[in-house]
Amino acid sequence: MESTIIKSRNFNASFGSNHVVRNVNIDIPRNHVIAVMGPSGCGKTTYLRCINRMHELIPGATCSGEMKLNDENIYEMHPIFVRLKIGMVFQRPNPFPNLSIYDNVIAGYKLNGIKLPKAERDRIVEHSLTRVALWNEVKDSLNKKGSFLSGGQQQRLCIARAVAMEPEVLLFDEPTSALDPISTSTVEELFHELKVNYTLIIVTHNMQQAARVSDKTAFFFMGELVEYDETKTMFTNPKDNRTQNYITGRFS
Amino acid sequence: MDTSVENGMVTRSDLPLRVINSTPEAISKAKKRAKRSFRQIRTENVFKKTLMLMGLIMVILVLGILLTLIVQSLPSVKALGPKYLWSKVWDPVQDIYGAWPFLLGTLLSSFLALFISIPFSIAIAIFLGEYHPKGWLPNFLKNTVELIAAVPSVIYGFWGLAVLVPIVRSFESAIGVDPIGVGIFSSSLILAVMIIPYAASLGRSMINMVPSHLKEAAYGLGATRWEVIRSVVLPYTKSGLFAGILLSLGRALGETMAVTMVIGNTSLIPKNIFAPGNTMASVIANEFTEADKPVYLSALIELGLVLFLVTVVINLIGKKIIDRFTNE
Repeated sequence: MESTIIKSRNFNASFGSNHVVRNVNIDIPRNHVIAVMGPSGCGKTTYLRCINRMHELIPGATCSGEMKLNDENIYEMHPIFVRLKIGMVFQRPNPFPNLSIYDNVIAGYKLNGIKLPKAERDRIVEHSLTRVALWNEVKDSLNKKGSFLSGGQQQRLCIARAVAMEPEVLLFDEPTSALDPISTSTVEELFHELKVNYTLIIVTHNMQQAARVSDKTAFFFMGELVEYDETKTMFTNPKDNRTQNYITGRFS
Repeated sequence: MDTSVENGMVTRSDLPLRVINSTPEAISKAKKRAKRSFRQIRTENVFKKTLMLMGLIMVILVLGILLTLIVQSLPSVKALGPKYLWSKVWDPVQDIYGAWPFLLGTLLSSFLALFISIPFSIAIAIFLGEYHPKGWLPNFLKNTVELIAAVPSVIYGFWGLAVLVPIVRSFESAIGVDPIGVGIFSSSLILAVMIIPYAASLGRSMINMVPSHLKEAAYGLGATRWEVIRSVVLPYTKSGLFAGILLSLGRALGETMAVTMVIGNTSLIPKNIFAPGNTMASVIANEFTEADKPVYLSALIELGLVLFLVTVVINLIGKKIIDRFTNE
C-alpha cells in the first residue's frame, strides 16, 4: 500500500503578475522517484521550489493552494523546518567554496547551530558520503576544500550535504544538466539507492533520464500538470495529446 | 579575416573584401567600401590615441606631484635626517621640527574614526546588499549615504564646531576629563561620519555579488537569513569588506578641513584621545602660509610627502585586495 507524502491541491504560484504554476493537484507516494518533466518555462522548477518554500525567497513571488507534507500544511509550518524535512539539490553543484569537504557535509548542522560530538559528526560525514558513493574517493582528503572536486563529485557532495540532514523528501532541480555523461550515470544510480530511505522528486528536461530513473512521471506544460502516471504507462501509452507530442519530440 | 578576392582585384590584402564578379560597378563599389573601411580604421586610431594621451597626462600629473614633494622636501631631509619622523617636538621658532605628534595624531584620529564607522558601514552594506536591495526605503537610504560623501568637508567642520563639540564637551565633563571639546575624539567622530559611505557602498556591491546559488544552498539546508549572512555572505565577502574599510581609512588619513576645525591644533603629543592634537594634513593647512624659513617650509612639505606615501600604500593594498576578490 502506497502512502502519500506530498499532496498538493489547487496549487498556484506566480512571479508578480506572471502566473507560472496553475491549479496543480498531485499525490506523491513515499519512497518513490518522481520525475517532473516538461519544456522550459513550464513551471516545473517553480513548482519544485514551492515544495520546500524556496520560491518565496524571490521578491515578488507568491503562491496559493494546498501543499501538504504528511498531512501537515507546509505553508503553516515554519519555512526552516520545511527545508530541514525537504532537502534540495540544485542545478549547478554549489558546495560552499570556503569549507572543506567534511564541513560541507555537516554544513546543515553548523548553519542551524546544532552542536554534535566529534564522533557523531564523523559518523554522519562517513555515512552521508558513503550513501552518495563518494566516501572512497574523498576519505583521504576530507580537509581539502570542496571546490577542488570535479563537477560530478561536487554534485554528489551536495547530495551528501542534503542527505546528512536526514530529510524525508529530496528535491533535485535538474541535478545532472551541468554534468558530463559519466557523472550523470553515477548520480542516476544513486537515485535507486536513495529511494529506499527518501522520496525523490527530480525535475529534468531530459526525457530519457525521466524514463530511466523514475517510478512515476509528471508532465508539466504551460504551468499545468497535464499528465501524472506510472513512468512506464506515460512513455508507452500517454493519455494526453500534449504528452504524446512532447515525448515523441514534436515540440520541446 | 577573409582576404581572398575572387575574379576581381585586390585593393588591400588586409581588408575583408570579397568581390564576386568583376563588373566595373562591383569593383568601384568594392573600392568605395575599402575607402570607408580605411577611414573607419583611421578614426579608430585617432580615438584610441586621444584616450591614451588623456590617461598618460593623469599619470604624469601624479608623478609630477610626487616629484615636486620629493624635491621640495630635500632641504628638510638633508637638515633634519630620518629622526624627523620620530622627534617629539615641533617648534618652528627654535627651528626644531619633529613630525611625531602629527603622525600620532593622524593615526590616532583615523583609526579611532575607522573603529567608530565600521559597525555602521557594515550594517548599511548588509542591509542594502542582502536584506533590502530594492524598494523606495533602501533607495532613499543608499542615496542619503552617498550624499554624505558629497557634502563639502568645511560643512562637516562647521557642524562639528557648532553641534558636536558642545556635546563632546559635556560628555567629557561627565566622565571627568578636561572639558575642552575640540580634540582627537571630536575629529574622529566627524571623520567616522565622513568615511561611512566609502566602506558602505563598496561593501554593498560586494555583498550583491555573492552568487545566489551559494545562498540558496544554505537556505535549502534550513538556514535563516542571519545564518546565511553569517556563514555564506560574510565569509565570501570578508576581503571585499576589508578593502572597503582600508579605502575609507585612506580617506580619513588625508581629510584636512573638517579635522582642522575641530582637532584643536596644538603641536603637543596628545595625552589621551580627548586631548587636542593635530594631524599632518591640518598642520600643513594651518602653517603653510606662515612658514617664513626655507627649512620650515620644507619640513611641512616633507610632512606632505609622508602623508602622500602612507595614503598611497593604503590605497594600493585596498585595490589589490579588491582585485583579488573580483577575480576569484
